[in-house]
Amino acid sequence: MSASETSARAIRVPILTRVEGEGSLLIKLRAREIVDVQLAIYEPPRLFESLLRGRPFADVADITARICGICPIAYQMTAVQALEAAFSVSVHPEIRSLRRLMYCGEWIESHALHVHLLQAPDFFGLDSGIELAERFPDEVKRGLRLKKIGNTLLETLGGRAIHPVNLAVGGYYRLPKAADLKALIADFEWGLEAAIDTVRWVSTIPLPSIELPYDYVAIQHPSEYGIIEGEVVCSDGLRIPHTAYEQHYAEVQVPHSTALQSRRIPSGSSYFVGPLARMNLNREQLAEPAKRIADEIDFPTPCFNAYYGILARSIEVVHAFAEGLDHLRSYRGREQARAAFQIKRGSGCAVTEAPRGLIYHRYEVDDQGRIELAKIVPPTSQNQAQVEQDLRAFLPSLLDESDAEIALSCERFVRNYDPCISCSTHFLNLRIERE
Amino acid sequence: MIAVRPKLAVIKFASCDGCQLSLLSLEDELLTIARAVQISHFAEASSRLEPGPYDLTLVEGSITTPEDRHRLKKLREDSKLLITIGACATSGGVQALRNFASHDDFMRAVYARPDFIETLATSTPIAAHVKVDFELRGCPIDKHQLLEVIASLLAGHRPRTSTESVCQACKRRGNVCVVVAQNLPCLGPVTHSGCGAICPTYDRGCYGCFGPTVQPNTVALSDHLLSGRVNESEAAMLMHGINAYAPEFATEGQRLWQLAGLPKTLHSSLQPARHEEPSA
Repeated sequence: MSASETSARAIRVPILTRVEGEGSLLIKLRAREIVDVQLAIYEPPRLFESLLRGRPFADVADITARICGICPIAYQMTAVQALEAAFSVSVHPEIRSLRRLMYCGEWIESHALHVHLLQAPDFFGLDSGIELAERFPDEVKRGLRLKKIGNTLLETLGGRAIHPVNLAVGGYYRLPKAADLKALIADFEWGLEAAIDTVRWVSTIPLPSIELPYDYVAIQHPSEYGIIEGEVVCSDGLRIPHTAYEQHYAEVQVPHSTALQSRRIPSGSSYFVGPLARMNLNREQLAEPAKRIADEIDFPTPCFNAYYGILARSIEVVHAFAEGLDHLRSYRGREQARAAFQIKRGSGCAVTEAPRGLIYHRYEVDDQGRIELAKIVPPTSQNQAQVEQDLRAFLPSLLDESDAEIALSCERFVRNYDPCISCSTHFLNLRIERE
Repeated sequence: MIAVRPKLAVIKFASCDGCQLSLLSLEDELLTIARAVQISHFAEASSRLEPGPYDLTLVEGSITTPEDRHRLKKLREDSKLLITIGACATSGGVQALRNFASHDDFMRAVYARPDFIETLATSTPIAAHVKVDFELRGCPIDKHQLLEVIASLLAGHRPRTSTESVCQACKRRGNVCVVVAQNLPCLGPVTHSGCGAICPTYDRGCYGCFGPTVQPNTVALSDHLLSGRVNESEAAMLMHGINAYAPEFATEGQRLWQLAGLPKTLHSSLQPARHEEPSA
């Protein structure tokens, strides 16, 4: 037996790259036994839930957007909908359509970024999307153009792509002119075809095969691919109204690791949110072009291979362009920008599907409309426990590799989750040097 | 062809990633930039992380932990030019609202065991710790300004970004003033331009995400706000928003809190966090 098989090994990935925010990975091994796996987060806490308290409700969308520069719409949309629930406001169907359109824009820019610049380089042994562009110039340029169309839509609807300014409780501050949205139709028609070609390209990339048992969780709506509202559904059959979320999914502070993680109640088990969860639970509700391309590439159902996340994301880009086209074509822009409502004491919650998975907000508001309590559960804190569990399952197949190879493989595996660490308001400044 | 390209580093502290994302959002220029510079350290975009020294370092985020303070000092030594990008790096960001509150209360309201977390009581801008060569404003920064800054510095001259107020950009955009026409509270007169006056364009008042302009008359603006529908604490919160810790906004916000009869800020008594115990 060689020394390396008996002595303890600690493998570190000091900076996880091509993810949003900063974290690291620590794996402790003793002989062939996995002692510990830690997705360590040194993203400093920014204490959003505290700094919202006492502020007027209208500030919430502007402040929570700052949790994440990549998916600000997810925060803004969930926040305004939770506050609309608190004030018993319902929005006009045309406003609702505009909101789904806006969310499609965020899915497009976020997914196109992840597929082309963050994840695809892994499967070719490359370090960045810029290197990938040398090998696949047309594909990467196409991906950047798709991303740009998503951003252009957000600029039109929200004033700017990062931290847009237009979404308001009750609707929007100002509705876009119909002509401004119609002007995007040609880009979206190109985008739909280009996104389909992207799926075909991604489907030619050989993906590692590994299947792990997952409980997938996503929102589900009776008549549409769940994005901005619906019941919270788990692949094990649990179906709950979103208002019961906190009774079934809880953030726990695990004393030995000091990190807050979401777990299911009462089992304490982990679960998986994101594009792969949505594809597994809601595939039949995809827009027709997305459904067709998923069938064409034989996307498996069910799918328990986390690497297929890159395919799920690229299929969702097709969906977002197809659905976006419907909203663009039907928009008339004749409604009031914002519904009228009375400010009252109350509480409200909402769930939506951020690009990287389900996000939950709840607010309590006083009779002046000031925030008394804010609770924000981002997707990455929900996936964190699953990531660690996956790595424990994944590691035994790698133990004969060098430390560098193990570290690389694990880092690549983590990127399947498109982790957004900036988002994870609850991730702690973890000390990883422990006995 | 010049063989040696300048080395670019993009480094993050406490932030949302939005400003460095602006670099990746330069979809049309990204591949050109990548040819003009050597991207030596940009963790969000590349797995190849090279140690310093760097010719041009873009810094996103504020300093909120002892470790980050140390990391920044080292980074400054490694950087020929150090540029801050965005409100967090330039004024401490929205997380600097903690600077006006009891940090212990803030921590207890979020974490059941705040003692596990090593963090500073304040969120401070980069310039509070090291020399900064140029500051690019905004939450988020404007990507075209970022391009101008990178291009200027590579060409060896100082970037030229306007220091006028949002009002001037707003007028040029042809907007009807939301203060005059709708009596909305608006920080436009005291806020640094760069955003394109988007909030008034979308029928709402400016909330100051680019921070104070040069020599802003914040007291006059407060007087105007208080003569309308806004009370002292509402005006204070307007000043204490995304750029709360920028000196001009910080001072005026605190003056308004005093007028409102509150000692420092609104976060007087926060309840501790309620967390579930870990399940079996």
